[in-house]
Amino acid sequence: MNFYNSVNFPINFNNHQDISESSDIIKHFHTPITTATSVLGIAFNNGVIISADILGSYGSLARFKNFSRILQANKNTLLGVGGDIADFQYLKELIQGKMIGEECLEDDIPLKPASLLCWLTRVMYNRRSKIDPLWNNILVAGIQDGKPYLGFIDKLGTAVEDKLIATGYGAYIAIPLLRDALEKKPDLNKQEAEELMKKCMEILYYRDARSFNKYELAILTTEGTEFKGPIEIKANWSISNDVCGYE
Amino acid sequence: MILANTESNSSLKSHNTRFNPYDDNGGSIVAIGGDDFVVIASDTRLSTGFSIYSRNQSKLFKLSKKSILGSSGCWCDTLTLTRLLNARMQMYLHEHNKEMNTPALAQMLSTMLYYKRFFPYYVSNILAGIESDGSGWIYSYDPIGNVEKCKFRAGGSSGVLLQPLLDNQIMLSNLQNIDEQPLSLEKAIKIIQDVFTSAAERDIYTGDEIRIMSITADCFKEEKIQMRKD
Amino acid sequence: MLSTTKKLENTGFSFDNCLRNRFLEKNGFISPKGKKTGTTIAGVIFKDGVVLGSDTRATDDTIVADKNCEKIHYLNKNMYCCGAGTAADTFQVTSMVSSNLELHRLNSGRPVPVIVACRMLKQMLFRYQGYVGAALILGGVDNTGSHLYCIYPHGSSDRLPYTTMGSGSLAAMAVFESKWKPDLSENEAKELVKDAIAAGIFNDLGSGSNVDICVIRKDSVEYIRPYECLNEKGIKRGNYKYKKGSTALLQSHTIALHLEEEIIQTINDGSSMDTS
Repeated sequence: MNFYNSVNFPINFNNHQDISESSDIIKHFHTPITTATSVLGIAFNNGVIISADILGSYGSLARFKNFSRILQANKNTLLGVGGDIADFQYLKELIQGKMIGEECLEDDIPLKPASLLCWLTRVMYNRRSKIDPLWNNILVAGIQDGKPYLGFIDKLGTAVEDKLIATGYGAYIAIPLLRDALEKKPDLNKQEAEELMKKCMEILYYRDARSFNKYELAILTTEGTEFKGPIEIKANWSISNDVCGYE
Repeated sequence: MILANTESNSSLKSHNTRFNPYDDNGGSIVAIGGDDFVVIASDTRLSTGFSIYSRNQSKLFKLSKKSILGSSGCWCDTLTLTRLLNARMQMYLHEHNKEMNTPALAQMLSTMLYYKRFFPYYVSNILAGIESDGSGWIYSYDPIGNVEKCKFRAGGSSGVLLQPLLDNQIMLSNLQNIDEQPLSLEKAIKIIQDVFTSAAERDIYTGDEIRIMSITADCFKEEKIQMRKD
Repeated sequence: MLSTTKKLENTGFSFDNCLRNRFLEKNGFISPKGKKTGTTIAGVIFKDGVVLGSDTRATDDTIVADKNCEKIHYLNKNMYCCGAGTAADTFQVTSMVSSNLELHRLNSGRPVPVIVACRMLKQMLFRYQGYVGAALILGGVDNTGSHLYCIYPHGSSDRLPYTTMGSGSLAAMAVFESKWKPDLSENEAKELVKDAIAAGIFNDLGSGSNVDICVIRKDSVEYIRPYECLNEKGIKRGNYKYKKGSTALLQSHTIALHLEEEIIQTINDGSSMDTS
């Protein structure tokens, strides 16, 4: 955008040498170390479904092969988290603390998914403003006033609400398939949503090198929550017969 | 030893891509003020890089009965800024038992933006409002709080594409022998729709849908128009 | 006998200004960049040939530079090549290789195998270490059957039954991964490629407008442009025709033209030429 250049930034965020070179300023910045890949979510006619694989990667090493990252915040809210695992575990504690705080009020009013999403945007935005972000993508799914609710927050505090959400490589690979399916049939039922989700997880496994062949599913409807998994992907590699050589 | 150290340091630095607290989420805003109305529109595409976050995110915020803010750029900053603005509006309401008027709101927004002078909100704001005499005015801002009061403005990712079009069609710049008539709300909406159609053709960050909000003395209206989705 | 030998002109790129440009850049000059086209291109092999497809948007940063550009390039009678990356490089590389392939065909007097084009392209790209930024999908049919290659800017290649390239490659590949099956019919292959390109057009901001498709069979080629228009331009509600005299006349100056007329008449006596 053009006005970015027209404003004189005394702190240049693209080239931070002036700060990092002076020794008296503490360098807060970090990069993700142990990471988890995509999280997918679909809102269907009477609920939401989210899924994420159970791999924790250490760079290109498949380090933790049974790592669950779908949480239930309260009876009408699910969370799926991708990105840095250390930050995820910190966030998990933070959210649990928040939930205990809510429970202590004893008002019998559970926190709604949109309220939790709003609170999480503040957590993420405040950390990014300290140039010390929590390196995560958070998917919030639930039932808001009887209707399916799906939202997403990234490491900057950017929040989006939509009927279908995918983070990480899912944003490039799963979103085209999800949008296409929802355009053809906007009001999916639970079974259709689940099948669509399983198809997307399979395709992500083919093309995302940091993905895994085992994943978890969580479905939340007005009737309650259903956890499934770990589900193993039955991959079809018959294509390998047609690929030989490079010329 | 020292030489080896500095070398390894510099090579590390060059590989280290720094965290960028800003993102450009695109989107365009156009606003026109008339003698007895004000109209503001935004597209509903929210994007990052080459992908679309949402096709259904309006960038208009109704702050009072007489004013609407359009805000695009870095979406996390937009969310933060509008939340703060709403809180301030509510505090004002409770303190004075009346809504803040448009010029006061315009000044407050400028102050709030300048407060973040050295870590700015990376957003392009356009405030459209009805003033005490019933006329519609537009206040446009740069990211650090410079404000200009005018009759029409285009901002956001297609701002530079659309402003000259508005200059020509509304201010009738570079035209002669034209019978100048006061701009009607219908004509203003027509122009807004057409400039967005043009923007969607040439700006990759503008598309999907237009949301148009208008305020006159006796009514508030909102309409949606579909645009191309590629 | 001694003669002064004339020094041959160097062929290929001129690197004359490299040193100067490096100096300028060191002093803060920002040198111009080539136009990178965000693109979706794709190809599949079907029963009797190859289907190639592309979108038609060319972007210059965030602005659409061309709303209906051609990204499927002619290489030879039996092969075509989709290009993604730097627009100038894809165009130039394919046209240079196309000339060499034609010379090869005339020299050998038989249809050129697709593998020859693949080699020419990858060897050329390898020599330039990725600085010639062309990402290509090469498809064609020859005496040995149907072939589909994917060639990267650094000169590596893949031989695959279906492939995608460009900024929309992930969206297009997602479609292939969910719908592709072996031994497609021609119509199935065309629809599959269309769906893959459409996924790129709608989900990747660097791709847009229409779908172009090129079908290469054993003895024929069908280039369909556009195959499908997925995006209609919005209808203008206002009238933007200016009345005559709307533009101010600041100055006028007349130059008188002197016309000299010369008439040449050909007289046909009927015997000078036999055109029958």
